[in-house]
Formats: sequence, C-alpha cells, structure tokens
Amino acid sequence: MDQKALVCIGCPLGCRLEVTLENSEVLRVTGQSCRKGKTYAIKECTNPTRILTTTVEVENGFLEVASIKTEKDIPKDKLFDCIKELKKVRLTAPIHIGDIVVANIADTGVNIIATTNCEALDT
Amino acid sequence: MYDVAIIGAGITGMSIARELSKYDLKVCVLEKEVDIAMGTTKANSAIVHAGFDAKPGTLKAKLNAKANSMFDQLSKDLDFHFRRNGSLVLCFDEKDMDHLRDLMEQGIQNGVPDLVILDKAAVLAMEPNLSEDVVAALYAPTGGIVCPYEMAIGMAENAYENGVEFFFENTVLDIQKLNNGYALITDKNTFKSKLVVNAAGVYSDKMNNFVSSSKLSIIPRRGEYCVFDKEVGSYVDKTIFQLPTKLGKGVLVTPTVDGNLLIGPNAVDIDDKDDLTTTRIGLDEILRKASLSIKKMPSHAIIASFTGLRARTEADDFIIGEVPDAKGFINAAGIESPGLTCAPFIGAMVKEFIVEMLHPLEKSNFNPLRKGIHHFLEMTNEERKALIKQDPAYGKIVCRCETVSEGEILSAIHRPLGATTLDGIKRRTRAGSGRCQAGFCMTRVLDILSRELEIKRTEVTKFGGESKLLVGKNKQDV
Amino acid sequence: MQEYDLVVIGGGPAGLAAAVAAKEQGIENILILEREAKLGGILNQCIHNGFGLHVFKEELTGPEYAYRFINMIEDKFIRYKTETMVIDLSKDKLITAVNKTDGIFTIQAKAVILAMGCRERPRGALNIPGARCSGIFTAGTAQKFVNIEGMMPGKSIVILGSGDIGLIMARRMTLEGAHVKAVVELMPYSAGLTRNIVQCLDDYDIPLKLNHTVTNIVGKDRLEGVYIAPVDENRNPIPNEEEYIPCDTLLLSVGLLPENELSKKATVKLSPLTGGAEVDEGRETNVDGIFACGNVLHVHDLVDHVTEESYIAGNAAARYLKGLQKQSKKIEVKAKDGARYVVPKFISPENIETDLELSFRVRDIYKDHYVSVYFDETRVAHQKKKILTPGEMQTVKVTAEMLNAHTHCNEISIQVEKE
Repeated sequence: MDQKALVCIGCPLGCRLEVTLENSEVLRVTGQSCRKGKTYAIKECTNPTRILTTTVEVENGFLEVASIKTEKDIPKDKLFDCIKELKKVRLTAPIHIGDIVVANIADTGVNIIATTNCEALDT
Repeated sequence: MYDVAIIGAGITGMSIARELSKYDLKVCVLEKEVDIAMGTTKANSAIVHAGFDAKPGTLKAKLNAKANSMFDQLSKDLDFHFRRNGSLVLCFDEKDMDHLRDLMEQGIQNGVPDLVILDKAAVLAMEPNLSEDVVAALYAPTGGIVCPYEMAIGMAENAYENGVEFFFENTVLDIQKLNNGYALITDKNTFKSKLVVNAAGVYSDKMNNFVSSSKLSIIPRRGEYCVFDKEVGSYVDKTIFQLPTKLGKGVLVTPTVDGNLLIGPNAVDIDDKDDLTTTRIGLDEILRKASLSIKKMPSHAIIASFTGLRARTEADDFIIGEVPDAKGFINAAGIESPGLTCAPFIGAMVKEFIVEMLHPLEKSNFNPLRKGIHHFLEMTNEERKALIKQDPAYGKIVCRCETVSEGEILSAIHRPLGATTLDGIKRRTRAGSGRCQAGFCMTRVLDILSRELEIKRTEVTKFGGESKLLVGKNKQDV
Repeated sequence: MQEYDLVVIGGGPAGLAAAVAAKEQGIENILILEREAKLGGILNQCIHNGFGLHVFKEELTGPEYAYRFINMIEDKFIRYKTETMVIDLSKDKLITAVNKTDGIFTIQAKAVILAMGCRERPRGALNIPGARCSGIFTAGTAQKFVNIEGMMPGKSIVILGSGDIGLIMARRMTLEGAHVKAVVELMPYSAGLTRNIVQCLDDYDIPLKLNHTVTNIVGKDRLEGVYIAPVDENRNPIPNEEEYIPCDTLLLSVGLLPENELSKKATVKLSPLTGGAEVDEGRETNVDGIFACGNVLHVHDLVDHVTEESYIAGNAAARYLKGLQKQSKKIEVKAKDGARYVVPKFISPENIETDLELSFRVRDIYKDHYVSVYFDETRVAHQKKKILTPGEMQTVKVTAEMLNAHTHCNEISIQVEKE
C-alpha cells in the first residue's frame, strides 16, 4: 500500500488529502471537506491530466510567436514531450484561432491548436 | 599623437573636454564604461551648491560660488535643465544657532551672495511641509538643482561636435612616460598624447600612481539615496539640508530638476570602487534622518533607490593641477561634493593650464550651443502637433509614466555619442525612470535599440558589459 | 474637435465589455482608445487557460477570451483607435490623445469610462536593497518577453511574490526551459489560487517559501543571486537566517496598482484602500458622467469578474446618456472588521431595479466565519463561509427588498464575523 499527499484544487480551502493506493488503485481518500476532494484525488492518482499552453515560432507574421494549447487535457507526464516536439514547429502566417498546429501531439491523440490570430506580413 | 587625452567621461572630464574643444587641439576622451556619466556623475545629490559649506581657504571654497554663477548661461547654451530653487539649512535646536551663524559667516567669506537666516515662522511660510521642530534656517537663494548626467551628456555632445574624439569601453591599464608625452595603454588600444588629464573619479588615484611617486589614495565613500514618485515631487521646493551636529552631517531632502523628490545620502567608506549596492541599513538610515526635516515621510511613493560613490581623498579637497614629478600630467582628482557644482570652473581652470603649456589657437568656428532632445512632456500641444507632423515617431508614446515618445528614443540613439543601452536611453529621455521603473517600456525600448543598432535582442544591455537582458529564445534549453 | 457620446479609455477586457454593453443599450456614438497596436489589453500576453468559465461557460486562454470581445466590437461596428495614448482628461470630459497619424487631437465626450487597468509594483516600491544589475524584471514584463516576443529573460529564476502572475510565470519559465529555483512569499499564505499552486509549482517541484522575503540582490552586470530570509510576525526579515540562492533572474510579482493618473487629472476621487475611484452602484465616480471599471477601479482575480463589472459600468453609462439616472440620496457602503474594502462605495437606492452585488476583499484568512451585511445597526444578511482568503474577491448580495425596507438607512456595512 502506498500513501500519497495531495492538495485539493476544488476551492480555495485547499484540503490536504491523504490517498491510500494499492497497485495504482485508490483505496481510500481522507482529509477532504466535500465530495470534490475524492473525485479529484482519484483523477490525480490514476490519470492526472493538464492543458498545455505555450508558444511556437511564426514566420512572415505580425507576431514573432503564436500562442497555442492542447485542444483537450493530456497526461501530465507528456507535457515535456509535447514541448520538445513543439520546439521544432514553425508556423507560417496567417494563423487563426482554432487552427490545428500539430495533430496528435506526442502520440497523445490530442491536437495542438492556435489560440490567437496572426495576420501575414505580406499577403 | 593627441595633444590632450582626458581619462574619464564624467562631469569633470566632460567640462574639461568642452573647454578644450574651443581650441585648435587634438583631444581624446578615454572612458572605461559604455557611456558618458557612468560613475559618480550618475549618482549624487544633483545639487548646485551655493557655496557656504566648504572651509575658507580650500579649493572647494574658492571655486564653489564662482562656479555656481556659471550655471545660468551654461544651462542655456547646452540646453540642460537647471533650476535655482534655493536651499535651506535647518537648525533644530536653539543651542545650535551659533553654528548656523558661523555657517552663514563662512558662506559670506566664500563669496556666497544673499545669505539670510530665517526664523521658524519664515521657514515654515516658505516650506509648509517642514518639521515643526525647526527653529531657524540659513537660506541661500543661489542654491540650485540640475540633472548631472544630462549636463555631462550636453557637454560631451558639444565637445564632440567641436571635434573631441571619444573612445568608450577603453579601460586604461597603464600609462607610460614618453619623450614627448605619454602612452596610455587600454584594454583595446594604445593612445599617445602630449598631455594627460586625469579625471578618472574614484580611479583617479590609480591613474596618478602610474606616473607619479607622490601617491594618491581615493577612498570611495558610499552614499545611498531614495527617489520618490513625482506625485510628491513638490513636497518641498527648496533643497533642505540639516545643520551638521555632533551626531553627524545629516541628509538632504530635495526636489530634483526632473520633478521627483530625492533624499540621501549617508556616508560609508568602502573598499570596492565598483560597489554600487544599496543596503538595508543605509536605506533605513537615510529615511530615518530625512524624516527629521519634514512632517511626514511619503514612504509609499518610493520608486527607486541607488548608491553613488564619492571620490574622497584624505586631503579633503580637490586636487587640481600638474603633477610635480610628471610633467604634462594634470590631475583633476578627488572631485567629490561640491564637484558637480564646481565642474564648469574646473574645466576652465584645467583649460588655462593647458593653454599655457601648448599655446593653442582659439577655433574660429567653435559652436558653444548644443540642442537637447525635444521632450514631448515639456512641449505645448501646438509644438507637439507641429513636431508629429514633421516626424510621426513623436506621436507614439513609448514610456507611459514619463510620456516619452518614440521620436525621443530615436533621437537619443542617433544623435552624436548616442545611447546604446537601456540606461543610456533612460538618462537621455527619462524613459524608464518613472513610477513603473520600465515595467511598461522595457520591452519596447529594447526592441527599438535592437532594430536601430542592428543588433540581436540578446545583445542589448542595461548598461554595457554583461548586463544583458535576454538570454535566448523560448525552448532553447529544452 | 471630435465629439462622442461615450469614450472608453483602454481597450482591454474592461473597456471592451463596457463598450459592448453600452452599445447593446442603444448608445451608437462610441469610441475606444487603446495604446497598444491591438485590442485585448493584458489578455494578449496571458496565454494560459482558465478564463471564461463564468462568462462563456467554457475554459479559454487569454487571447481567445480577448478575441471573443474583439469580434463583438467588430460585429457591432464600435469604433476604436489603437496605438493611441490619452494624455489628458478634464473633469468636463475633454480628452486629449496622441498617435502617429492624427497627431495631438481632442475629443469632447458626453460620458467617459475609465478602463486603463493597472500596473505592477516595481522593486523600488519594496525598496529591496542590493545591486542594481540587469536580470530583475516584473513578472508581467517577463511574461511579455516570453509570450509575445518568444524571448527568455533568464535561465535560473527566483520569483518574489506568489500571486497568480508569479505562479503562472513559474510554470511558463519552466516549460520554456528555465529552472525556477523558488517562489518566495512574504505572507504565511499565497495570494494565488490553490489550483495554480498545485499546477504551476507542485507539478514541477518548485518550492514555495512562505514567510520569506528577498533581503539582498547580488550581481555586478547581470544578477548572480539573491539572499532570502524568513520573516517574523511583523514581516521583518530575521537576521542571520539568510540563505543565498544563485540565479540570473529575479521576477517580481509583488502587487498591482490601479493606473489612475488620468483619473486624477479629471479630479476623480480615489480610495486609499483600493487605489481606484470611489464609485456608486453603476461605477460612476464623483465626477458627473465619468465611470470606471476593471482593474483601474480595483484589482480583480478573474477576468470574468472584470467583464461583469464592466457590463454594469457600460449599462450605467448608457442610462446616464439617456438621462435615466436619478439624482438621489446616496448611502455609503463601508468595509468593517475583517473586510478590507468594498466596491461600490455608494448606493443610490432609487437607481436600483434588481439585486446588487457588492465586491469585497478580506484582510486575513478566515475559516468558518460569517459574512454579514448591516443596514445601520440592523443585520440583514448573515452567510457562513467555509473559507475567506485575501487573495479571493468575495461578493455578497444586497436585494431590492432590503433596500426598500431600509430607505432611511445612512450606512451599509460589510463585516466578517465569528458567529
């Protein structure tokens, strides 16, 4: 059995949760003040995910970099794999919000999309 | 072979350079930093002293009042800000009144005009925000305030326009005597010159000691200051000194010519001539001492603090003149307070020595006038309109707090001896010296510097050397 | 001279929402003045997500949130001028502005909405001693370098201040390849959201040093390191417990100040508690026809709240322009005991048609306390809150019924009570 300490992000109370795990399965959660705590603990311990937001370089645009995000949340441990892949990406303006920048980033099954508009310098 | 090599581009060196540029002389300035006014000149009280402070008989006493009277014309010719706001020396104890009277007597001996002792009511009528503890004050109407780096830059630009050559980022590593002059060896080059003027500030001992057996020792004396938001810039109108007592010299409270409030300095002798750090103890000390002069310290409005180093010698006086055992090597050393005030006179003095040595002809085409940057903030709307029509860059505000336009930034970069760093821009235009301390304009000014100087953004520095601001692109180190 | 019914100063989230609301209320002749090259304000550099859950019921990044409003501005044909700086505003609503193409120009407005946002406190405001080398940035300046220009201001970072901007920048710098060595917080708690502490610091093993501050800055040309020290209960550093952290960058996230230089020129009365204007329920200032909303009024945690407040200001400005605002008795609203400030500062009951929300902040962390509303000495609301933190803006409702029942009331107050 493993013990894991978490801070619940459900509200500003920030309950300190103690999670008991066995073979990556959550047996018990203590320390929460409401139901959100348990749901959060189970998710964080079995499949923690995050939205990644970052920038990629732009060519021929009014912006030098464009802001982007993962369309959905991705496994937390894939964040830096995505960053490494995005390091090589160069977009060409024009760019529009929602444009797919990279499909299936780092084999997560999730697309990277643009979160800003960027006009081209010469069209 | 130069006729004169001046070491140091501070206020002293620049004053000398400008005086020499009136003559048919080949003059160069060697400066270790990237810009003018990077040493003591950039960080001091910015006061044009009336002249009652110095002991009669000293050079300081002889020069001060005379130099003070040169500022009206000089500030017009070189287009720098100067205001004769007057100064008050506050006395807080009836028992010290004799000292106040002695100070006035000393001022009269030193040739300071119009000194008068005011009683408490008169002082408070003049400056309502002063402490109720004041019993009397010595009023010197000729006291003034100036922007020291603007003044030094004005002198430098004028000297340059009249033919003086400038070499920045040249640290003098050694000076060797030649048959007909000196060789100044820097980390970049060797400059030969018939005469050398040592205006190296806190390093003037080192320069002197390269050539003379009568050794000098400059002890850098730290002075810390706090600058306040313009919101409280007129909290006092005069420069407020405290009468020195057994407890020490006291600190001043003064408006700056740019409209801020300034307090400081303390006085701590240190070893390191490059140590410009501020300290908790020092800042607390000046805030505490300055509080004695005024009703309420507006601590909430502090926007910056800084340290300056005074080039103090044991003689406690300026050392100006040819070094006895080094012919043609002229010291302008130990120039601490009232060095800024005396600088124009020191320039004229050193010029006299050199004219006697080299007998140069006066230039017929010397131009005594220098025009500064047009400051958007100070213009009428009609003037702004006309200027923007001529150059639209003046219609783009880059620094929000001080209302500095892109046109001013461009002018600062492209004028003679133009700015190459963020601080260089700041000292010429005030962009970044306001209440947000460059939070807003730093990215903009950095971009303009990079574009105009055609250097990478990672090469732009705050003040030269390794003071770079950006280290590379995103994800570079992933 | 140009004339407009409504001029909105600032094209960030506050200004855009206020303009949209006024237009929807039938005000046609509106102009937004924006100093940047594009609308959107600070949202353009807030590329992280977490915006829009209240207003759009979905989670957006800053630029996406901004574009929702920019599109509304375009669709409604609301006029705007970018790269235009307002340099003067009189109490008679005469605006002087400048840009490259129009030069200096003046606009007479019938109503003005102040939406200039806020600025960051610099190092000087804390008077941190030490070297004046390069490598010290406000978090917002660093955010602009990284998110807009794609440039890194440093490689090894210490962040002073654990408000949300500081936390967000800790993650941003880490993701872009820098090493964030610590986030240092003077208070015993972070002013940021728990979610940001977990997802911006804990995710990347970045230590949060509560009850600590930066006591000295070391470096000649570029920053070489900082000294940090724990603080005592009076927030003073404890001597001899300093710790040196080598780093090339110090980011400051030590508070935001509403940017009210123009407001002062227009003789708008400012609150020493918020740094913003003292306003009534429609966010009208003491100056007739001048309104304020967003971070220029008081610093918000969430852009959604800025939007909601700006709708209120935009609607009220429209009512003002249509002559619907009644001049009536104003009741002062006060923050007492655990409440630090409350917005609005005045309420005119005759102008209230529906319920009214009061926004306030508390002084300290309170667990299991009550938020109470008093009309003079009468308690009319008493709500239990599990937790109240200074970092999270609170709201409490004042209903039309309450106001009707206490028409002769002199003062409304908000209090945090134990029971």
